[in-house]
Amino acid sequence: MTTRIVELRRGILKKNDELARGLRARYAAGGVLVLNLVSSPGTGKTAFLERTLKELRSRGSRVAALVGDLETDNDARRLASSGAPVRQINTHGICHLDAEMIDKHLESWDGVELGGLDYLFIENVGNLVCPSSYDLGEGIRVALLSVTEGEDKPLKYPTLFNSADAAVITKMDIAEPCGFDRTLALKNINEIRPGIRIFETSAKTGAGMEEWFGYLDEARKTKGA
Amino acid sequence: MHELSIVASVVDTVTESLEALPDASKGARVLQVRLRVGVLASVVVESLEFCWGIATEGTSLEGSKLVVKTIPVVMHCAVCDADVKLEGVQSFRCPRCDEPCSDLLQGRELEIESFEIDDEAGLEKAGNEEIGVSG
Repeated sequence: MTTRIVELRRGILKKNDELARGLRARYAAGGVLVLNLVSSPGTGKTAFLERTLKELRSRGSRVAALVGDLETDNDARRLASSGAPVRQINTHGICHLDAEMIDKHLESWDGVELGGLDYLFIENVGNLVCPSSYDLGEGIRVALLSVTEGEDKPLKYPTLFNSADAAVITKMDIAEPCGFDRTLALKNINEIRPGIRIFETSAKTGAGMEEWFGYLDEARKTKGA
Repeated sequence: MHELSIVASVVDTVTESLEALPDASKGARVLQVRLRVGVLASVVVESLEFCWGIATEGTSLEGSKLVVKTIPVVMHCAVCDADVKLEGVQSFRCPRCDEPCSDLLQGRELEIESFEIDDEAGLEKAGNEEIGVSG
C-alpha cells in the first residue's frame, strides 16, 4: 500500500478564531469594551450583571448585554429591567457561545450599534469547561465563582481560570454562614492564574462593586476603547 | 461536552483538504488523522475517540484511526529567564524556583497536525506523472 502524509497544521477552531478576530476589530473600531462572563450555573452571573448594568447606566455609561442560555429568555427579561438593551441567545443544547452566534446576534440587533456603546457584556452559558475554548473577541474574560461552590473550583477547572483576565467572587454576603474560606479561595485562584485581579462582591449588598467599576473604567482607558 | 462538534470540524477540514489535493489523489481513503491537543485545551481525549467512529461514518475518513498527541504546558519564567515545562495544571509556578508564572507559551493547542491517506489509487491514476508524493 502506498501511503502519503498530508501536513495540515491547522487550528480546529480556526473558523471561530477568524470570526473572533473580526469581532475584536469591530469592537475596537466601535470603541466598546467587551466582557465575557463565564461561570458554573447558579454562581449568580445574572444578579451580578443586573447590578452592574443598573449602576453603570446610572453613572451615564452606555451598556448592553447578550445573554446565552440553552433555553428560555428568563435572564434577558430579568436583565432588561435595568433599562439596558439586552438580547437573549438560545443555544438549544449547545454548551457554550461561539463567535458566529455573537456575530449573528449583533448584526440583527435593532437599535444597537457597537459605536453607541461603552460596554457590552456577554453572559455565557453556565459551564466552566467548554466556553474556555471559544474566543468571542472579548477584551476581558471574567471567571466568576460563588462562595457556595467550594474554594477548590479554580483547581478543578484550571483551563477556564487560567484563561481569565479577572475573577469575581459572588455572594460574599453569605460567605460566613457557608463557611467560605476566603484565604484558601484567593490562594487557589492565584495558583492557577498568578497576579489576576480578584473582586469579592455581593450583588445583594453592593459590596466590592466600587472596585469592580473602577477596574472597568480603567480597563476601558488602557484597552483604548 | 463540545467534543462532538470539535470532531465534526476535524472531519470537515480533512474532507476539504482531501478535495483540494491534486486530481489524482481525490477520493483517496484516509487512514489516520493526527491531532495536537494541549493540556489546557478543555478537551477530553477519550471523548474525541468516542465520537470519532460516529462522526467519520459515510465519509472518506471512515475506519481511520485518530491519533492524539498531548501537548504539555510550557511557561516562561521571568525569574529564571527560561522556558519551563509544568508537570501538572494545579499550580502555575516555575518548577525550578517556585515563583508564579503567567506567561503561557504552550498548552492550549487544538490543531490538526496531519493526515495519512492510502494513495494507491492516486498513484495508479497518475501513472508516471509527478504528484508530489511525500512521506
